[in-house]
Amino acid sequence: MTVTDQQSRIGEQILHAENITLGFGGVKALNDISFDIRKGEIRSIIGPNGAGKSSMLNVINGFYQPQEGTIHFKGVPYRPMRPYLAASNGIARTFQNIALFRGMSTLDNIMTGRVLKMKASLIEQAFYVLRGKKEELEHREHVEKVIDFLEIQAIRRTPVGRLPYGLQKRVELGRALAAEPDLLLLDEPMAGMNLEEKEDMSRFIVDVNEQFGTTIALIEHDMSVVMDLSDRVVVLDYGRKLADGTPDEVRGDQAVIDAYLGVTHE
Amino acid sequence: MIYREAGVFKTSYDADMALLPIPMDKYFVIAVTLFAVIVVPFISNEYWLGSILVPVLILSIAAIGLNILTGYAGQVSLGTGAFMAAGAYMGYKFVTAFPDVNIIFGILAGGVSSAMIGIVFGAPSLRIKGFYLAVTTLAAQFFLIWLFQKQPWFVNYSISGVPTAPPREIFGILVTGAEASATARYVFVVCFTIALAWIARNLVRGRVGRTWMAIRDMDIAAELIGIRPLQTKLSAFAISSFYCGVAGALWAFCYINTVEPSAFDINRSFQILFMVIVGGLGSILGSFLGAAFIFTLPIFLNNFFGVLGLDVSTATIRHIEFMVFGGLIVFFLIVEPHGLARLWALAKEKLRMWPFPY
Repeated sequence: MTVTDQQSRIGEQILHAENITLGFGGVKALNDISFDIRKGEIRSIIGPNGAGKSSMLNVINGFYQPQEGTIHFKGVPYRPMRPYLAASNGIARTFQNIALFRGMSTLDNIMTGRVLKMKASLIEQAFYVLRGKKEELEHREHVEKVIDFLEIQAIRRTPVGRLPYGLQKRVELGRALAAEPDLLLLDEPMAGMNLEEKEDMSRFIVDVNEQFGTTIALIEHDMSVVMDLSDRVVVLDYGRKLADGTPDEVRGDQAVIDAYLGVTHE
Repeated sequence: MIYREAGVFKTSYDADMALLPIPMDKYFVIAVTLFAVIVVPFISNEYWLGSILVPVLILSIAAIGLNILTGYAGQVSLGTGAFMAAGAYMGYKFVTAFPDVNIIFGILAGGVSSAMIGIVFGAPSLRIKGFYLAVTTLAAQFFLIWLFQKQPWFVNYSISGVPTAPPREIFGILVTGAEASATARYVFVVCFTIALAWIARNLVRGRVGRTWMAIRDMDIAAELIGIRPLQTKLSAFAISSFYCGVAGALWAFCYINTVEPSAFDINRSFQILFMVIVGGLGSILGSFLGAAFIFTLPIFLNNFFGVLGLDVSTATIRHIEFMVFGGLIVFFLIVEPHGLARLWALAKEKLRMWPFPY
């Protein structure tokens, strides 16, 4: 990808976090963190274990309320925020530990991702008439596109509890995609996968970004994946921001190298 | 090979999302429905219609109600009996206050009142889960029964405190009260059951059903998708209580012919909970299987020893009944938590291949 390509793909700020501080009792999970996410980019958040990466995602989609700081999403400040409000604003996410609806089929799981777009009244649903029927068919069609995109046609009717780990991760991505989010938060989408599965997942992430223009914020531990996929990377350590910039800048940053490789104390 | 789904090709999502996408299922269900409405009243006698089929169908409605709440939305309830009582008493109040309105509306009014009471007692479910919620619904059970028993307003100040169900007609045929024929009552109840079961199927496979199951399976993820927990849980409580309320009203009007609190005590709540567990959590079909099984098992046991020619005392049969029930519930909880409905699904899966191994 050439530089001009990348610049035309990436637009203005979609999310801007300012001086976010989040503490649990005496522990500061996030300490005065500021960063932004631009429209259309793949933004990675990396850092050693316990650095506050997942906490940051949880703050973004309203699961945690930061004690200090504000977040602007699409230019609008939000606080306090509830998770379902974040969802209706166009933020979708996947989880580090899979959080699928285990008793439901793949199809139903992904259909659930479109729940906010369905408006039929209870009566219409009860009798499966008018909007009740029309919506089901329309959204089914969209969900089938997601299923085709992720190449999971064969497991459409399988309860997700029975699926292997890699496929569950893919279904979870599908559920987030079905909501057609403006911002997609992926919490370790490749944790516990083998090389082949990681390659598949990387391909899906890049395709989602390029084909649908979805902005993606990603947490990942595999450095080669992060450096290849991301447009910009923010590095956290012990709740503080260490570095922020393109993969190349971050790779050369002394503070980052120290955090990952350790530093001798004199 | 007996049960086939091969060779069924769907060309539209409409066909794929039909209630019964497999032709064999469709014809089977239509046949059973027609048989239940048209043939059964002619071939059955008064005893079967009035004393077995009517109560089984009414309890099926209540079981569907509890299944929506517990099986689909994952909220445990021990207040089923109370919600049935609410339906019965409020239905009675409505029918006596508006004697000229069709009895169907009277029954539905019972359901709607019960739904509103369900919302009130469902409100704590946002904060408390599992056992603690079960205890809250238990409070509904004791409070409501106490209320209906102690407040004479609910029984129109009747002196006995146990008013009889008023006789009402549809198309000139008596369907409620003691004088109504078993056939008329059966047809009335079976029509209600079919309509409510069809609506329940539509609800659980549609948007609202998916939100219930999402809350049941992973409430945090559901909220992050945009499902509002309170609304979803309350809708489950409301619709569940509506079903229980209709069942309670039908129980009072078409089966026992009186409106009395003892019909809706804690034992009723447990009975329906057992039906749901044995029949299958999260299955509409299971509600029917469970209701039929739990209701007819004691009747079967009563006659079983007589047929064998054994002289077993009634007390012993009662004890055996308790033992069999306890054993069955433990068995189902351990071996097949999805109940009879799951066994039925497994049988269908086996029959797809039978008699070939692959």
